Amino acid sequence: MAEIKNYTLNFGPQHPAAHGVLRLVLELDGEVVQRADPHIGLLHRATEKLAEHKTFIQSVPYMDRLDYVSMMCNEHAYVMAIEKLMGIEVPVRAQYIRVMFDEITRVLNHLMWIGAHGLDCGAMTVFLYAFREREDLMDCYEAVSGARMHAAYYRPGGVYRDLPETMPQYQASKVRNAAAIKQLNENRQGSLLDFIEDFTRRFPTYVDEYETLLTDNRIWKQRTVGIGVVSPERAVQLGLTGAMLRGSGVEWDLRKKQPYEVYDKLDFDIPVGVNGDCYDRYLCRVEEMRQSNRIIKQCVDWLRKHPGPVITDNHKVAPPSRVDMKSNMEELIHHFKLFTEGMHVPEGEAYAAVEHPKGEFGIYLVSDGANKPYRLKIRAPGFVHLSALDEMARGHMISDVVAIIGTQDIVFGEIDR
Amino acid sequence: MATKLEALQQSLQTALGDKAVSLTEALGELTLVVKVADWPAIARTLCDHESLQLKSCIDLCGLDYSTYKDGGWDGARFAVVYHLLSLVHNVRLRVRIFCGDDELPVMPSMIDVWPGLNWFEREAFDLYGIVFTGHPDLRRILTDYGFVGHPFRKDFPLSGHVEMRYDPTQGRVIYQPVTIEPREITPRIIREENYGG
Repeated sequence: MAEIKNYTLNFGPQHPAAHGVLRLVLELDGEVVQRADPHIGLLHRATEKLAEHKTFIQSVPYMDRLDYVSMMCNEHAYVMAIEKLMGIEVPVRAQYIRVMFDEITRVLNHLMWIGAHGLDCGAMTVFLYAFREREDLMDCYEAVSGARMHAAYYRPGGVYRDLPETMPQYQASKVRNAAAIKQLNENRQGSLLDFIEDFTRRFPTYVDEYETLLTDNRIWKQRTVGIGVVSPERAVQLGLTGAMLRGSGVEWDLRKKQPYEVYDKLDFDIPVGVNGDCYDRYLCRVEEMRQSNRIIKQCVDWLRKHPGPVITDNHKVAPPSRVDMKSNMEELIHHFKLFTEGMHVPEGEAYAAVEHPKGEFGIYLVSDGANKPYRLKIRAPGFVHLSALDEMARGHMISDVVAIIGTQDIVFGEIDR
Repeated sequence: MATKLEALQQSLQTALGDKAVSLTEALGELTLVVKVADWPAIARTLCDHESLQLKSCIDLCGLDYSTYKDGGWDGARFAVVYHLLSLVHNVRLRVRIFCGDDELPVMPSMIDVWPGLNWFEREAFDLYGIVFTGHPDLRRILTDYGFVGHPFRKDFPLSGHVEMRYDPTQGRVIYQPVTIEPREITPRIIREENYGG
């Protein structure tokens, strides 16, 4: 009998199912994966090294570019680490705004994930639906920060500015006449909060739509049920977090277990899977979108009733207002020092973690008292998840590898850093 | 939260005895410093001990202390910092271990205890040159194929040593020494004590 050797297949880095720049070297026996060796680092930008050469504020926009589908959550961990080291109190209104935008980000991320995961497994429609809703949420980002994606909105001590009173509107153009524009602008007549509230009313129906397309879909189930099973014990050992851990049935969510900001005052549930396969993780994430919607609604209600400051008045950390800066010598000095030299963070080390849409996103910050971090370590959830790919994919078919990459919710910005 | 930390501190003291070099609490976080030689045994204890159960290793981070406080550091140069998490007790612990030798920093690999460390150890090897003995597959992970040096060491310049460009005469991509000058826009400043009165 002829000796049959294993076949090595190079998957990516330009493959559309590789979610960016993943190069995967697969060792195959027929169509069965014997070993998967992910080669990462093709998007490595040395964010951590760059941060050592920048002042603390200058690194905030770098955080957006880590996981570029959940921008504000990355910033959140970073500013929380700085606040922890400096011992700054964040105004309550800023905390609610942060929580609201964290959840908007979570929905944004999960919409991207459900679209891409569906597309990987052959469901085209979900992708189009998901991007329709992402557009509305991107508009919220834009209204509040001026940028659709890389917001740089969270600052040490609070958020950059208060929520706007008006929502930007579409304008008539060659392709859309005034009547069509009027319809598009219908829910943009009030403030940003009105727009978000309107979205939270519409969103549950949209999630029902995705579920109609996928949850009982026979092809979807064939592609995901029983694929990439991780036992709860193994998931803990491997350091998996987020939906990857909850899908295996471990009840662990930092928002509940180690609450930060105002999560302990909000009412929401944590969905947990049973079998630890791709399908359970899918169900978890879909339910997380519904729960996020609930949180956003509660935040909107609170924010309507409680106006107040959104950034700390400690001008060693946050800049003074423009009016004060131009009329008061002391504020002028603060402004000048803050934007030239930057803030000084006392010597010490801190680890701050948030429940990022993908898992636990942590920032380990070491400061020696300078105006720049001495060491900044980014703990990216995707990095750990991808390292478990070999174990999860072993013994599955090539097509299942695509489903597993999809369920891990891989984004290369954070893995390669 | 504070009571949980105290409980953890208590159980660490009983479980480790005098093996801990130091155990300090700051900003609501516990930091344990141990010696390299004791680390394999201690790691096992941390993971399996009934009252600790730090079964999940969240993060491993390499550190280069050579320019700490602009040269005011007189300990070992390289350190590895682990962030451990116990899901049962809902506590975190930070463990710092200094590598003895500054020229060739060596650490025992802890993959047997926390399998999730595999890539983290490769990363620390790649970026800091810390060698993890016992690691089954210690390759570079984040840097380019054929990269020379360990880029996160403090003596490695931010701009690197080589840059890549397409060479039309040779018809291929070549590496050449960097042509940009490193510049520092905002200088790094540590204020003297009692700055501004």
